[in-house]
Amino acid sequence: MRVEGLAGGYAPGTEVLTGVSFALEAGTIAAVLGPNGGGKTTLFRALLGELPVRRGEVELESRPAYVPQTDRTRLDFPVSALDVVLMGAYARTPAWRRISRADRAAGRAALERVGLADRGGRRFGALSGGQRQRVLIARAVLQERPVVLLDEPLSGVDAASAARIETVFEELRAEGRILLVATHDVEQARRWDRVVCVNGEQVAFGRPAEVLTTDVLLRTYGHELVVLEGGARAVAVEHHEH
Amino acid sequence: MLDWLTDPFAGGLMQRALAEVLILALACGPLGVWVLLYRQSYAAESLSHAMLPGLVIAALAGAPLLLGAAGGVLAAAVAIALASRDQRLGGDVAVGVAIAALFGLGALLALSPDVPARLGELLFGDLLGVTGGDLVEGAVLAGAILVALALFHRRLALSVFDRVAAPSLGARPTVWELVLLALLAVCTVAAVRGLGNLLVVAMILAPGAAALNLTTRLPVALALAAGLAALAGALGLVASYHWEVAAGASVALAAVLVFLVSTPLGRPNSLSD
Repeated sequence: MRVEGLAGGYAPGTEVLTGVSFALEAGTIAAVLGPNGGGKTTLFRALLGELPVRRGEVELESRPAYVPQTDRTRLDFPVSALDVVLMGAYARTPAWRRISRADRAAGRAALERVGLADRGGRRFGALSGGQRQRVLIARAVLQERPVVLLDEPLSGVDAASAARIETVFEELRAEGRILLVATHDVEQARRWDRVVCVNGEQVAFGRPAEVLTTDVLLRTYGHELVVLEGGARAVAVEHHEH
Repeated sequence: MLDWLTDPFAGGLMQRALAEVLILALACGPLGVWVLLYRQSYAAESLSHAMLPGLVIAALAGAPLLLGAAGGVLAAAVAIALASRDQRLGGDVAVGVAIAALFGLGALLALSPDVPARLGELLFGDLLGVTGGDLVEGAVLAGAILVALALFHRRLALSVFDRVAAPSLGARPTVWELVLLALLAVCTVAAVRGLGNLLVVAMILAPGAAALNLTTRLPVALALAAGLAALAGALGLVASYHWEVAAGASVALAAVLVFLVSTPLGRPNSLSD
């Protein structure tokens, strides 16, 4: 995928993200780092083609799959975990046809892949936060798109879920997919292949070792950044308004 | 006991009334589930009330009530859209103002000396006055709603379950919200003659709410809501016959009773389970 001079916003004349340019090869995990309100969600919406105002070029083979944060879903909706995974096959299934046997089998395989083979019949809203996040990732796997956008998939999930999710990320990379992962975890980003830093504009793009310097992180997070151990580690602190 | 249940339906009037409520139940029940899942109960209440001026004008002009209801819904949609353009009003306030104005206008028209004595019929329905033609109209509209719900099932589910990711999965939530409201308008138009302007909402919402109390599976909830709406319709007519009370009101109260009975039987959709 290639992005060149991307800018956009939610109303004419009010661009909230500018100057985004990067290219990612197949089989890449890229972290998208930035503060709350820094443009991570806007970048994803632009890549999904959902931003009301957009400039620049985006080259994609097909529309990306998107994994939202689990608390953005309706937990009281009467569906099972497997029902949610099968939503990944809706776009390719005509309205008057049943979900194909092949897609049902693929859906069960995707659930197994995220370690939830025995939870397919459970109500989605009754699963733990980490399990729900894994179900949403299984749904993206079933979509079979070359590019997957994930909005803070490791935020607030239990350790077992986080480990399984990272394993799935590695598998998807090995299959040649491109993963763009919005995150606040700088140390996590160091383990991946590329980093895009945004804060209203693109601050930096490149390999983690080149990009994740204290200077870049300060420009990305400003006052939200806490530098530890004499600059060897940096932690982005989320500020929430209550 | 069986005779007590079947005796009311010996005559043609009650047979047609039963056929009407069963036809309406097939559309109202499943649609009600979607309306509740989309949290559009207020829209359901509002649409039915807002069509009163259209119904009264149809009664004044001697035109078919179906036509008046359709015109009333259209006028309500325009009024709500215009009221919503005022940035000082919130969405609910705009709907409330538009609906109160339209219902007031409908009542004013209905109280004029020229209006035939059919206001009660407009407000509370006339199940016993249903004709063969009415049944055909009701069946066509209910059938259209059922076909639409079946065809749109996946898009409707995506749009309400995961609004943020829905576009990447093949559904645009704003489009499907409008489609649901359009289906709600058609259902209200179809049901208002039998159940009345004030009572139709009970038949749409109460069986759906009862079904969502009783199951955690959407397809089961949709089928169950149709069954419970049919049960409420039949029980309401039986009660109306034996206790000599208004049929539309009996059906509405039976639907609410079904919901009340379902409540202690469990709320598996609550977030605490």
